[in-house]
Amino acid sequence: MYSEKVMDHFNHPRNVGEIENASGVGTVGNAKCGDIMRMYFDIDGQGVIQDVKFKTFGCGAAVATSSMATELVKGKTVQEALKVTNQAVMEALDGLPPVKVHCSLLAEEAIHAALWDYAKKNNLVIEGLEKPVSDIAEKAEEEEY
Amino acid sequence: MGRFIYLDNAATTQTSEEVVNAMLPFFGEKYGNPSAFYSFAGEAEKAVSDARRQAAGFINAKPEEIYFTGGGSESDNWALKAAAEAYAGKGKHIITSRIEHHAILHTCEHLKKQGCEITYLDVDGDGKISLEELKAAIREDTILVSIMMANNEIGTIEEVAKIGKIAREHGVLFHTDAVQAYGNIPVDVEKMNIDMLSASGHKFHGPKGVGILYIKKGVKIRSFIHGGAQERNRRAGTLNVPGIVGFGKAVEIAEKTMEERNKRETELRDYLIKRVLEEIPYSQLNGHKTDRLPGNANFCFRFIEGESMLILLDQLGICASSGSACTSGALDPSHVLLALGLPHEIAHGSLRLTLSGETTKEDIDFVVDELKKIIERLRNMSPLYEDFLDGATA
Repeated sequence: MYSEKVMDHFNHPRNVGEIENASGVGTVGNAKCGDIMRMYFDIDGQGVIQDVKFKTFGCGAAVATSSMATELVKGKTVQEALKVTNQAVMEALDGLPPVKVHCSLLAEEAIHAALWDYAKKNNLVIEGLEKPVSDIAEKAEEEEY
Repeated sequence: MGRFIYLDNAATTQTSEEVVNAMLPFFGEKYGNPSAFYSFAGEAEKAVSDARRQAAGFINAKPEEIYFTGGGSESDNWALKAAAEAYAGKGKHIITSRIEHHAILHTCEHLKKQGCEITYLDVDGDGKISLEELKAAIREDTILVSIMMANNEIGTIEEVAKIGKIAREHGVLFHTDAVQAYGNIPVDVEKMNIDMLSASGHKFHGPKGVGILYIKKGVKIRSFIHGGAQERNRRAGTLNVPGIVGFGKAVEIAEKTMEERNKRETELRDYLIKRVLEEIPYSQLNGHKTDRLPGNANFCFRFIEGESMLILLDQLGICASSGSACTSGALDPSHVLLALGLPHEIAHGSLRLTLSGETTKEDIDFVVDELKKIIERLRNMSPLYEDFLDGATA
């Protein structure tokens, strides 16, 4: 069901953990729907993301997309990180099953949420960053049978 | 091949070798159509009637009350749709429970669109319906009560005999989905006041694609599949002779081994439950502690999600299942776990392990040992666990 890359990131997730006194922390998702992602960013004075950590409650795809998303933003500037889309996360993982696409949306939203928190703490306005939706599932539609 | 531990016997079981051997001749040399006149077909016809007698005797029914179908879901569909049609003159009200299999629940949804009214009985924290609520739900226009004998997810065994008695006293038909029960626990349609019963072959080491619907003599429901005189005009289609023979053989074996098998499986199951609850913190058992299928154990582990658990178990060669949303592609976790009153986030962390006669204590020990590591690993990356620990220390 999952690509080798997804399985690799699920079995060996990169950047699991927490960052004490992180520059920005974002939590998105909803335990009700079975996915919660939390990302911690350590951002330096130049606006470069020096370190990233994550914790995720969720399925294999949720863990793998969180792991991949942290890899994609690590070492990037805030502006570059903002351009990491769910599409980019999915492509980097060699695709996701259709029912798991929402996990990649959640990963994108987790990046935004961490950046939002960083901007708020530092009284910054990050161009192009909108207030993140914490609950992706509200947007998902249920399938008719 | 490395280690392989199959603990998903509620999903399906391995067709036993004896069953396969009994079926084989009916694919090959004994291929006659049992409905045909000539003596060559007689062997197939006799094999089917032997299987029918076997299937009937096992539940204290008469052979002519057993109708072979394509499986449990067909039997459930038939019982409900045909009862709604046949008893439309009496009323349109059907009573069932919130924890039924989807073969019942989705059929009820369909019937609702056709104008039926459905009452879904709640269950208590162990998964049992209330007999008082059942009594109160029965109306003048109630035509059918359909309550499962044993639940496929949590293993809880309902008080079928009492439910059947209540239905009969009120002159209402009683159907029970016994797909998980038939072949695994004793069933007596007379003592249990059952009018219709669904069962499936592959849940007790028979083949897939064959089931039965027991219809008590005198219950006037009509054909569900039209096109021939098979099954006393009630289920058209050339009989699946190899499947039916396999069903009969599986019943024969189940009947012989049930008592000993149940004793052994119950002991192993209770050992599994005891180890898990004692050794894994923040875990709980779902379903009734004692009134449950001998081979069923169902747990919830807080702060983690079921699919992740299944992937890690699978990598160790362990087959299990979960009621988490992710395993079904839906957003909500199992309707059965939610009906028990579990919050969504706990229901997402469910794990069902279902044993067979082949399961050993070594298997159980290996699974529990590995499960402990898996759960610890997943909790260590869970933000819910982090919040919980923060809350606990704050």
